[in-house]
Amino acid sequence: MITETRTICFTLNGREVSADVPPHWNMVEMLQNVFDLTGARESCGQGLCGCCTVLIDGKAVTGCLQFAVLAEGKEVQTIEGFEVDGKLSAEQQAFIETGGFQCGYCTPGMILMTKKLLDEIPDPTDTDVRHYLSGNLCRCAAYPEIIDAVKRAGVLRKVG
Amino acid sequence: MAMQTRVIGQSVPRLESKDKVTGRAEYIHTMRLPGMLHAKVFRSDIPHGRIKSIDVSDAAAMSGVFAVYIGEDIKSVIPEPYYGPAFHDQPILALDKVRYVGEPVAVVLADDPHTAELASQLIHAEYEELPAVYDEIEAVDSDAIVHDELKPAGTFPDLKHLAGRRDTNIALDYHLRRGDTESTFANAANVFEHTFRTQQTMHTPLEPMVTLAEQREGRLILHCSSQSPSFVRIEISRLLGWPENRVRVRVPFLGGGFGAKVYIKTEALAAALALLSQRPVKYAQTMEEQFYTISKHPCTCRIKSGVSADGKILARECEVWWNGGAYADIGPRVTQKSGFTAAGPYDIENVTIDSYALYTNRPPAGALRGFGIPQLVWAYEGHTDLIAKELGLDPLAFRRMNILKNGRPQAVGTKLIDTEIDGVLEELARRMNWSTPLDKGEGSLRRGRGIGVGFKASISPTTSAAIVNVNADGSVVVHCSTTDMGQGSDTVMAQIAAEVLNVPVEMVIVIHPDTDVTPYDMSTLGSRSTYHMGHAVRIAATEARDKLSEMADELGLPKGSNVPTKELFIRKFGMQAGNVVGSGNYKPPYLPTDHNTGQSANATPYWMIGATGVEVTVDAETGHTTIDRMVNVADLGTALNPEIVATQLSGAAIMQLGFTMTEDMVYDAGQVTNSNLADYKIPGFFDIPFDIENAVVEAKQKSGPFGAKGVGESGTFGVSPAIAGAVDDAVGVRIMDMPLTPEKVFRALRDAAGKALEGE
Repeated sequence: MITETRTICFTLNGREVSADVPPHWNMVEMLQNVFDLTGARESCGQGLCGCCTVLIDGKAVTGCLQFAVLAEGKEVQTIEGFEVDGKLSAEQQAFIETGGFQCGYCTPGMILMTKKLLDEIPDPTDTDVRHYLSGNLCRCAAYPEIIDAVKRAGVLRKVG
Repeated sequence: MAMQTRVIGQSVPRLESKDKVTGRAEYIHTMRLPGMLHAKVFRSDIPHGRIKSIDVSDAAAMSGVFAVYIGEDIKSVIPEPYYGPAFHDQPILALDKVRYVGEPVAVVLADDPHTAELASQLIHAEYEELPAVYDEIEAVDSDAIVHDELKPAGTFPDLKHLAGRRDTNIALDYHLRRGDTESTFANAANVFEHTFRTQQTMHTPLEPMVTLAEQREGRLILHCSSQSPSFVRIEISRLLGWPENRVRVRVPFLGGGFGAKVYIKTEALAAALALLSQRPVKYAQTMEEQFYTISKHPCTCRIKSGVSADGKILARECEVWWNGGAYADIGPRVTQKSGFTAAGPYDIENVTIDSYALYTNRPPAGALRGFGIPQLVWAYEGHTDLIAKELGLDPLAFRRMNILKNGRPQAVGTKLIDTEIDGVLEELARRMNWSTPLDKGEGSLRRGRGIGVGFKASISPTTSAAIVNVNADGSVVVHCSTTDMGQGSDTVMAQIAAEVLNVPVEMVIVIHPDTDVTPYDMSTLGSRSTYHMGHAVRIAATEARDKLSEMADELGLPKGSNVPTKELFIRKFGMQAGNVVGSGNYKPPYLPTDHNTGQSANATPYWMIGATGVEVTVDAETGHTTIDRMVNVADLGTALNPEIVATQLSGAAIMQLGFTMTEDMVYDAGQVTNSNLADYKIPGFFDIPFDIENAVVEAKQKSGPFGAKGVGESGTFGVSPAIAGAVDDAVGVRIMDMPLTPEKVFRALRDAAGKALEGE
């Protein structure tokens, strides 16, 4: 087991941070162990379920398959950065309004993907949503409500 | 006149909504404690054998490893380390024998989870292999005996007669006898017999099972992902020989449960490790390990009916074999409590049911969203369709002719009360436009439709307790051990307390299960919480309300003076001080089933009804089936929170869609070969029908809190047979064993055309 660590500097939810991380750690381990951020969580461990989703330089990445040291110099965004000054983002608000979750374990990943989708397609169809979010699994199967949430978020983003 | 309610019946958003969308909701899988060790389990790689030796020396010598323990080591803290809700048959780590591939044999503790994992791969075990049995039918008279002797737990008095039984894999047999099936078959115009099978599947909660155990002040604290915190406390106390109050079980939110997290899963091992190591220990499973921990019973059901010339079912005989895997878990209750509904929601005078729980050399099976009901509905609704087809009757018309109506006795001898099976069937027929013929498609794309209706008794008798505490400012705290795993129980319990105490729901908080402060609850399972815990919270809140009015009387206030609660406390105590506490216990009436006839005049406090209809397109050239439309209808009494109910219905139906179409634990020589989400396919966005409709019939469970009963499982009941019926309607082949993979449908089409494909 490698015991030496490497110091990396990056931007986390808009703040400059640094962390000493072992080279074998993935993003989820670093976020949880160093920064106490538990919104990105490991589930399948294979990059298939999307529970560990984080945005790196604006790109959605499965945090359980991404080495933490690769965050060096990057901009990392997690669900914890979505609520600003006590105000939920449009995506978060939409998931509450439509009841787009049950157990909530997959929800941060779903919301991050919703933001990415709406950045690219402001008025998505059901098919757009299905395609874009197909890498995220919800075992409670709140899929119909999540599709509603994404579309509702599109509306909320416009009204600000 | 309908009761006027203020909060009940409103779609109040989930109390924890904000925590869930911000990622702040607490799950034990992401919890850490200072000085905590990580546990990694070494598992058996053979299905059945005697342990000759376990060599842990290389693992123990690895840098960063704290300790390695085997089964014998556990005995120094727990002398009799066997657990289980129905049988004390499961060792915390294997002792003497291993009984399935994946069984825990040894465990490594290390400061770092990667070190623990690497070290666990250095352990080497030698076994004397024994013959194994995997199939539930073969297990009935196999020479391979999984357990030398049956060891029923003391928990259930009706299992006592099984104690000490030897040389059998039958853990429990349940028999129901009503009327005279034999002579009715002899005289019936038509007799039909079919055998249906279901496969083994896994719950795959996205938060894998986990326990973090620590010792403090001579007590053991278990932070765990459990649906049964009270049971965990009782069982761990029993294992340790401690009083219940020395064990504390704390459960925040669960990242899904679905029955995987009932009773003991990771808790006993973590508890033993914390005592052995004198350090906090986290045993967090991976997705793969969950497949070696619990599953849903594979099931074989032989069903035979005698039917009159005009289509009335006169007699039915069911033989059901449940493949429980290597340890009984709650399988014996599935065998009995679900077994008695095996004849289906039909009014049949003469019924015989024989239901058997079998031990095999597979990972254990337990409860999965329906407690065995979906396996039975698969059989009896498939049988119903095939009889209708044979008699040239419309499947809906045949069901209408035989459906069990409210007020009539079910085969177990219990009358249906407030149970709208026919109402659900009619609502489904209406929403499916059943009277209008379906466009059957053309060319190789053939369309069809199907329906399935199922019902379930509540697991009975069970107890729930609650405490409702009114603070001096009028805010309310509900203490209950119901686990919110996504079903919305916190919200519904808050609604009930708010309704009774006449406060806004925002004034109520619900304490998550913590056995130090939340009272006993049997478990969060079997769609029992709304009814049982709902009653307990209602009773506790009513007692608190009565105490508040007594307080007003003492203070000399006129009746109905409506002085705010806060003011009452100030007048009584001279300042904002004091509490008013109400408590409630609820256990519905129950009469045990007769040992010989299986009959009981009161086997369940309520019945849950679920039905599903689908329209499908089958590609006759590939066997691929697309679900175009799905309609789910249920009788759940009165919906306390309609939006949460709708999500429960469709979520359950989509989960069952996965079990119907793709999910299947595949084996090679006893080893599950697809224990991961890449090879074990659960439903994703592309797998759900574009058109899903969920509806509840107008009904009221008069014995329930505010007219409600359970709903968490009802959406699963009708899905599988509805799809198989629709495939049959589309292309004329009936699949008798789940899942309905394209290959299976394609092979059936080739068989039907007399051009069978070669090979498996």
